[in-house]
Amino acid sequence: MFAYYFNLALRSFKRNKALTALMVLAIALGIGACMTTLTVFHVLSGDPIPQKSDKLYFVQLDPRTRQGMQPGEEPEDQVTRFDAETLLREKRADRQAMMTGGGVSVTPQRKELAPFTASARYTSADFFPMFETGFLYGGGWSAKEDGNRARVAVISKSLNDKLFGGANSVGRQVRLDQADFTVVGVTDGWKMNPRFYDLNSDRYGGAEEVLLPFSTSRDLEMSRNGSMNCWGNTGADATDLNAPCVWIQYWAELGTPAKAAAYRDYLASYSEQQRKAGRYERPANARLRNVMDWLDYQRVVPGDVILQMWLGFGFLLVCLVNTVGLLLAKFLRRSGEIGVRRALGASRRAIFVQCLVEAGTIGMAGGIIGLGLSLLGLWLVRQQPSSYAKLAHLDPGMLLVTFALAIVASLLAGLLPAWRAMQVTPAVQLKTQ
Amino acid sequence: MEIRPILSTLLRHKTAAALIVVEIALTCAIICNALFMIGDRIQQVNETSGIAERELLRVQIISIGGDKNAAALTATDLASLRAIPGVKDATVLNQVPFVNSSWNSGIRLHREQERPTLNATSYMVDDHYLNTLGLKLVAGRDFEPGEYITSQQFDDPNANVSITSAVITRKLGEALFPGENPVGKVYYSWGDEPTRIVGVVDHLVRPSSQGGPSAREYTVIYPIRPSYDVGGNYVIRTEPARRAEVLKAAIAALRANSNNRIVLEDSTKTFEELRREFYQNQRSMAWLLAIVCIGLLLITALGIIGLASFWVQQRTRQIGVRRALGATRAQILRYFQTENFLLATAGIALGMLLAFGLNQLLMSKYELPRLPLWYLPVGAVVLWVLGQIAVFGPARRAASVPPAIATRSA
Repeated sequence: MFAYYFNLALRSFKRNKALTALMVLAIALGIGACMTTLTVFHVLSGDPIPQKSDKLYFVQLDPRTRQGMQPGEEPEDQVTRFDAETLLREKRADRQAMMTGGGVSVTPQRKELAPFTASARYTSADFFPMFETGFLYGGGWSAKEDGNRARVAVISKSLNDKLFGGANSVGRQVRLDQADFTVVGVTDGWKMNPRFYDLNSDRYGGAEEVLLPFSTSRDLEMSRNGSMNCWGNTGADATDLNAPCVWIQYWAELGTPAKAAAYRDYLASYSEQQRKAGRYERPANARLRNVMDWLDYQRVVPGDVILQMWLGFGFLLVCLVNTVGLLLAKFLRRSGEIGVRRALGASRRAIFVQCLVEAGTIGMAGGIIGLGLSLLGLWLVRQQPSSYAKLAHLDPGMLLVTFALAIVASLLAGLLPAWRAMQVTPAVQLKTQ
Repeated sequence: MEIRPILSTLLRHKTAAALIVVEIALTCAIICNALFMIGDRIQQVNETSGIAERELLRVQIISIGGDKNAAALTATDLASLRAIPGVKDATVLNQVPFVNSSWNSGIRLHREQERPTLNATSYMVDDHYLNTLGLKLVAGRDFEPGEYITSQQFDDPNANVSITSAVITRKLGEALFPGENPVGKVYYSWGDEPTRIVGVVDHLVRPSSQGGPSAREYTVIYPIRPSYDVGGNYVIRTEPARRAEVLKAAIAALRANSNNRIVLEDSTKTFEELRREFYQNQRSMAWLLAIVCIGLLLITALGIIGLASFWVQQRTRQIGVRRALGATRAQILRYFQTENFLLATAGIALGMLLAFGLNQLLMSKYELPRLPLWYLPVGAVVLWVLGQIAVFGPARRAASVPPAIATRSA
């Protein structure tokens, strides 16, 4: 029966080429616009580290002075160096890492290569297992190197290609700023999108090229970047251990919800203890957010992308209303034919199903063209200069969603016209014939 | 023109008529808001920066692993840059407009104020800034030579210096002291010492879009001479035609002064290029909105054509009867055009309510400004015209129905 209706639908297309083409085009445009924007949203709002996103937690404390305090206020987005180093030392989580972004100059040994700058991350040993960096060669450093302010570095695959021609560079020296570092590991093209561990700079900008111990970076006074918020008297150096400035991201890995709850209690008692010691002035106000909560809180998806998604849906809605109207015209134009079929014994249900099959077929055709349009749309998005634009690709899941959306949308659009068509009374139609 | 028979016909085709009304309403709502957003973006892209953009170049340079003699080298660099043929002037800044990072500080009007009144950006400048950037001083005076301190002194806790004077933008003055002349007034920003406003410049935007469009010109200029390693920005003024040549010479001159530095090629360029890249996203969003608008209008027009054609076909006999009874072609044409006008009007009325509601939603979710009311009549006219154009084809076909058709069976 379905095959027969499908055949009828194809015949009906041939009879009404312009009208059918119009409907297919409308659905295709709607699906194309909707899927392009939805894919960009899907890519940008995805889970950057699905296997662990519920185990990694971002720590927020509130070390500010009482001045300007408002009840219910969120704590600072980052922590002070003093707090980060204390939490790191106390080791209450399964794993923990403190970090900040920075920039270093790289002076290649090869004379033909001019010195250049590289993005850096100053962090502690657990960073590598926590964020599953993966290694092409070697590995991360240990807590011992952190303590010794060791001159060790992990470099990215691309930097390794540039400096060492892709060879295994573990054990070799790399000159950063004015000091020599020993390469201990080369990451395997590792990157996170969005770069959830530090959302201060380019959120979809890829991973740092150089990673080195935080203690070493302070020892050498390497330049840091990202945001810094200070209050009170900062003294000469805002990156000093005791400076009243927040500028460090602190992450804890907690394997189970129970551990997370215990860690929350720990942060509360830590805050209280700091308050008693006179360092904190505000009542305990700590937060522990896992990766997805943190991304949500930071509104990581650009507002324009969300706006575009709604625009895409609005466009699809108009296209659907348009299709409803055209389908209605198309079906009612065939009232005579439907009347004959009804008179010959076709049930209302049969008419309804036949009309829906026709609508669904239009949806499928619209979906195929719409898929082409969304591929074109995504290609256009990728031509944009923003760093997230490069990520806009259709995955198999979204491909399925495209077709499902096209067919569901066209079936929905077909409901009303099909219902109207099935109401056609055979007698009246036959009379006017 | 008789409207009553049209209305009664429409009432007999409620579903189809309602669909056209809904489609026009949705299109109207989306288009009014989209046009408004396009206008908003264009306004941002075309904002006045306050600096002589066409004549300015930026060179960003950083030292390899710190520089103890940065201050002396900065003086040498500036002398070399100013000596390049074609250079009108050169200066050093901690930050420049049209980049994505910035130095900001809260501003309080009273010493004991708990929370800052607003957040403004802080430019640190040397004494050539006014001439190099091409800023227009509209009130008060520029800094006096004795007011300048160096960034080293500023960072040194033992130097015991405070920032006593500042030049601000007109917009910041209006925000801090509405309706008053800000010159001579004091505020508190860094530490407990007051800073006195000595001058007002017409415009100067902040580097990044932090704080949104309304805070674009919350800008303070401080007489703190930065050395090149504070932000690393040399800004050079030249004639527009000589920019490429001067930029090359400037990089060569800076390299000649010290080889322990890296010129950041990606951020070393003309201010026109910086601005273009800074507003790239806004521009592409405006284009996207424009394309969606055109697409929506096209779809709506095609929908009207489709349904109107169907109507004409359905009413062929009725039209034939009217023609046989003496109606002219023009009357038939007018009938369909009036019908469309009525449908469009209903759609537009509904659409305006929707447009307003949509704007309320956008205002609450995306901090978009309120939709100015004049966008509504613009949207209305666009849709009326669109409807008339779309219906013209089918209406003409209706008008050409011969009266003889009345005598034939359908």
